Amino acid sequence: MNTVPAKLQRTRAFLTVFLKEVKENLRDRRTLISAFLTGPLLGPLIFVMLINITLNRELDKAEKPLPVPVIGAEYAPNLLDALRVGGVVPGAPVADPEKVVRKRDADVVLRIASDYGTAWRKGEPVQVELIYDSSQSDANTAVERVTRLVEGYARQQGAMRLVARGLSPSTAWPLQVAKRDQATPQSRAVLMFAMLPYFFVITILTGGMYLAIDLTAGERERQSLEPLFANPVPRWKILCGKLAAICAFSTTSLLITLVAFAVVGRFIPAEKLGMELNLGLHFGINALLLMLPLVLLFAALQSMVAAFAKSYREAQTYLSLLMLVPIIPSLLLAVMPIKARAWMYAVPLLGQNLGITQLLRGDGVTAEQIGLCLAGSLMAALIAVLVTTQLYRSERLAISV
Amino acid sequence: MIEVRNLHKAFGAVKAVDGVSFTARDGEITGLLGPNGAGKTTTLRMLYTLMTPDRGQVLVDGIDAAVDPLGVRRQLGVLPDARGLYKRLTARENIDYFARLHGLPEDLLKSRRDALIEALEMGDIADRRTEGFSQGQRVKTAIARALVHDPRNVILDEPTNGLDVMATRALRQFMARLKSEGRCVLFSSHIMQEVAALCDRIVVIAHGRVVADESPDALRAQTGENNLEDAFVKIIGSDEGLAA
Repeated sequence: MNTVPAKLQRTRAFLTVFLKEVKENLRDRRTLISAFLTGPLLGPLIFVMLINITLNRELDKAEKPLPVPVIGAEYAPNLLDALRVGGVVPGAPVADPEKVVRKRDADVVLRIASDYGTAWRKGEPVQVELIYDSSQSDANTAVERVTRLVEGYARQQGAMRLVARGLSPSTAWPLQVAKRDQATPQSRAVLMFAMLPYFFVITILTGGMYLAIDLTAGERERQSLEPLFANPVPRWKILCGKLAAICAFSTTSLLITLVAFAVVGRFIPAEKLGMELNLGLHFGINALLLMLPLVLLFAALQSMVAAFAKSYREAQTYLSLLMLVPIIPSLLLAVMPIKARAWMYAVPLLGQNLGITQLLRGDGVTAEQIGLCLAGSLMAALIAVLVTTQLYRSERLAISV
Repeated sequence: MIEVRNLHKAFGAVKAVDGVSFTARDGEITGLLGPNGAGKTTTLRMLYTLMTPDRGQVLVDGIDAAVDPLGVRRQLGVLPDARGLYKRLTARENIDYFARLHGLPEDLLKSRRDALIEALEMGDIADRRTEGFSQGQRVKTAIARALVHDPRNVILDEPTNGLDVMATRALRQFMARLKSEGRCVLFSSHIMQEVAALCDRIVVIAHGRVVADESPDALRAQTGENNLEDAFVKIIGSDEGLAA
């Protein structure tokens, strides 16, 4: 009755499982939405919003008229004129400047002592006070602006007094600091974009998540794993077909996100802050290459974790926790700058983080770095696949409930 | 033909199967009868190589399950205790999936699948997604996909579980048809009327052991009871777990 040649069965099992998983999951709206819509697009969207808010705030503060309540404005009309030229709008005096600042009614308050005029005329040093709260970080630009204007005015007046006494202004400043910032427009962007690799990782994870759950916990919960294993196909082949399906979905998610970032990159007004952002084709291809081994690694890890879960819900909880793990290298690199060493590129996640950051800086990645990154992550991925295969062979796995 | 020799399987301290031996022949329906928890499902799971026995041997058409598990699975059509379908695939796609896993060429697949759809009278549901199928429709689909590769040996674990009277009748007729085609049919049940009505041979299992292996008539004669139900109770030693 059964006269099917064995050869035929071997070649088709992998493809059969793969195609069936893809077809089945393409029919699931929840999987589709999370893999191709929310997962890959949420990252770029949040990103653009955050960047725009930050940029606009910084830009606003630098150019916008800055209202500053001034106490004792009548004692120093010339100083106030100088401030007005710098964009400061002197406001009405306030009774309790300390309280006003702490309550964030004003970023900074300027207080001029009543003896300002007499001291000025005698040529004695006078003091103006800036009252502010440095724990309110968005006040800092305002404080800096006012400080700079006041100091500029003081230096200008000082120079004029020296000239009036027949001295060169440079006598008072024997030393001058010349700052030479080596940051390129691109490297300045990096600080802000340190979290970018994490967005890619999250996308891969969400893209494959529902498939990974379905693969073990889901099949077991709807009792289809036991009949599946009754077929004359080795379990590792079934697993490979399923892993391939997970990879196909997460790679697609990653591609969507890369394209979205490339599009979105054009709308970020980074050049206004003297930054340059290159999320174009070259960046996309290199980032994709660096991330590909992670696709396989995460597919295996997700299936492994899901295999331990007794139910679909449990698997979902575990996988959500797994999503938090990759944030570690991104945070680490964002908080404490490490000098990259060759071996670091071979560490999965860390290598990708370094590589993508370098691409953003415009430094490019060397073939050696790419090689290390691919080899290290691929090795980890293979180990994860082997462990998952081992797990998949367990007798208990197939038994429902 | 399925031969089982001295199978043992323990889960921790619990001996689920403790020395089971029997033979299911071609062209016969063999019933594995026993109360719930007697070890029927575990025995069948070792037959279709989902589990490895601690001791003992399984031969299917002469192929040793320990030596060539894939070869054994190729000779078997299995309706396991768990009969979950892929709910986002249609009944036809569910059947095709298993057919391809068995390596059926596409033309053979098509003719076998359509023949089964006709034989099981499921033409009206074949192109519907299996989500929302009734228990009977689900069992039909599961049987079709289990038999699509035309196996010589058929194992059915409690096939009538959860079916209504009409579906049960249809299934019994289908099993008789499998027998008439010369296949070896092995099924488990805890319902004695079903076993009595269908089987050429009855293997009674209790507490992981075979307590009787006879034809229904021989069973009646052996126990001296005219009524099969009384015969079973006498063999098993209690009426616990036997549904009427």
